[in-house]
Amino acid sequence: MSAPAVTRATRASRIATVVAALGLVVLMLAPWWAGRADMRLMGEIYLYLSLACLWNLMAGYAGLVSVGQQAYVGFGGYMLFALTVFGGLHPIAAIVAAGGLAAVVSVPVATLIFRLKGAYFAIGTWVVAEVFRLSFAQVSALGGGSGSSLPVGIVRSLSSSRSGREALSYWLALGAAVLVIGTVYLFLRSRRGLALTAIRDSEAAASGLGIDIWRTKLEVYVVTSALTAVIGGLIFLQKLRISPDAAFSVNDWTAFVIFIVVIGGIGTLEGPIIGTLVFFAIRETLADFGTSYLMILGAVAIVVMLKAPKGIWGLIRDRFDLELFPLSYRVHQNGGEGGTLR
Amino acid sequence: MIEWVNALVQGILLGGLYALFAAGLSLIFGVMRLVNIAHGDLIVLAAYIGLSTTMILGVHPFVALLIVMPVMAAIGYALQRGLLNQALGDDILPPLLVTFGLSVIIQNALLEGYSADPQKLNGGVIETASISLGGLAVGILPLLTFAIAVAVIAVLQWVFYSTGLGRGFRAVSDNQEIAQLMGLNKAHVFGLAMALALGVTAIAGILLGVRTSFDPAIGGGRLIFGFEAVIIGGLGNLWGTLAGGVILGVAQTLGAKIDPGWQLLAGHVAFLVVLAVRPNGLFPRVEH
Repeated sequence: MSAPAVTRATRASRIATVVAALGLVVLMLAPWWAGRADMRLMGEIYLYLSLACLWNLMAGYAGLVSVGQQAYVGFGGYMLFALTVFGGLHPIAAIVAAGGLAAVVSVPVATLIFRLKGAYFAIGTWVVAEVFRLSFAQVSALGGGSGSSLPVGIVRSLSSSRSGREALSYWLALGAAVLVIGTVYLFLRSRRGLALTAIRDSEAAASGLGIDIWRTKLEVYVVTSALTAVIGGLIFLQKLRISPDAAFSVNDWTAFVIFIVVIGGIGTLEGPIIGTLVFFAIRETLADFGTSYLMILGAVAIVVMLKAPKGIWGLIRDRFDLELFPLSYRVHQNGGEGGTLR
Repeated sequence: MIEWVNALVQGILLGGLYALFAAGLSLIFGVMRLVNIAHGDLIVLAAYIGLSTTMILGVHPFVALLIVMPVMAAIGYALQRGLLNQALGDDILPPLLVTFGLSVIIQNALLEGYSADPQKLNGGVIETASISLGGLAVGILPLLTFAIAVAVIAVLQWVFYSTGLGRGFRAVSDNQEIAQLMGLNKAHVFGLAMALALGVTAIAGILLGVRTSFDPAIGGGRLIFGFEAVIIGGLGNLWGTLAGGVILGVAQTLGAKIDPGWQLLAGHVAFLVVLAVRPNGLFPRVEH
């Protein structure tokens, strides 16, 4: 009798890796096969996917349910404008720097709002986002309450031709999505990820095993804040115009993102991907109905939360024992299929 | 100098309105540990129901309260029994996300029904009437709002600690299982608590609508004010909530006195300072 073997990868996950790699190559070549409008839409999809993955890391794994991530989306957008216009940085350098600055800012913010628990933490994050919005509205150099546009010279510094700029901003969005999914995946596969999973399952037990809960949550908060600011910079590099209300919109940058994650499946890596596709499918089909598509989206999210709290991916996973991102541990006895630890 | 005293007085009175925003929030959290993200949108909904009532019946907004209060209470009971009770449990995520979804639904339903144009409830002469207090002209409406806030909190306090209903609230709040064993129907008690909370919300919504113009998008801001008042005052303390509302109101009017753009910012900063210095609020309930 041989010792049981523990593996993480499965046949499905290996197939998924190959398919994802091929798909990525096809998507990278989009500027040669997709139209202008399609590329814009796909770019938007990548950025929403990134925001969803980041929110999911906080809420689904670290138990930090935030309704204030628009604070960092807007911060990243405004830093892009400030650092290019007044700092003379190249837009891409400015976006990277925005991520670094957001990480610095997020530490004192976290020490303050981590004092609030559960749902109160959620509203606390919203207050912080409001403080950011009102503060940036006070900066008249950045257009005050009415906002400003990115100067033509800075836009040209990306690429002199319009198609070149569009291709670049598409690749940046795709690259950001790959970076975010990769970071979240590696984070969860690491020692920290294991600690996070333990905290998710039971804070008391995790604490008993010697995990510093506060520190682990802080790390997650800082990483997600920095990456969210990077995404924010990219969003407003696409829009070329920023205003406090657009930059710190709770509907655009948090409500949609939460619906995406809940519908797709919170606490899984696959969930946000499925959720993003479903969200854009609903949006593109029902966009003509105006505000009622938001009501439908809200209703779908409520029904999913109450009837299938693990979302679409949770249903698929439980039905077929499928996992595309190999995060859990599988125990095999004599080469046979065994139990799964998630 | 007199202008600063005036700003201070206005801030205190404004605090009454914020305490009314907060009272329902505080009550619901106290009874069932539910933080209702849709609370602000429900306040705005009450204002719109008030608007329709005044337009259809041609009555004063305060008279409309006779309709709006029972309607909101009924909505509260139905919402709790039909939806929110299913979301309650050990996990904080479902109630949070369900009320968040509710908030988006209410907001867009109001947008659909009433458009994005700002509306106002016409309170007549009471809006501009004022009395002179030691050289200060104090508006009747803010004064009345503050008095109503004090009365509402006194009534809630009385209900909570001196009635059978309040005993039920406290029982399920302390231990839901044992309260059930003692013959209380948890689902029903929660429904009554939400009905009472939304009854208070009706008052808050009408007073908001008479005081300023409103549109479907302002719910989030009202939720935040109420929430800040609750946290500043200390969780689970209704009179503390009134104090929290007053501190928030004073911070806002004094901030606006320095620079009009700082009004809201000053309120949020006051909240963050309290959070930094006294994380449990200024007057936390003593745990027995």
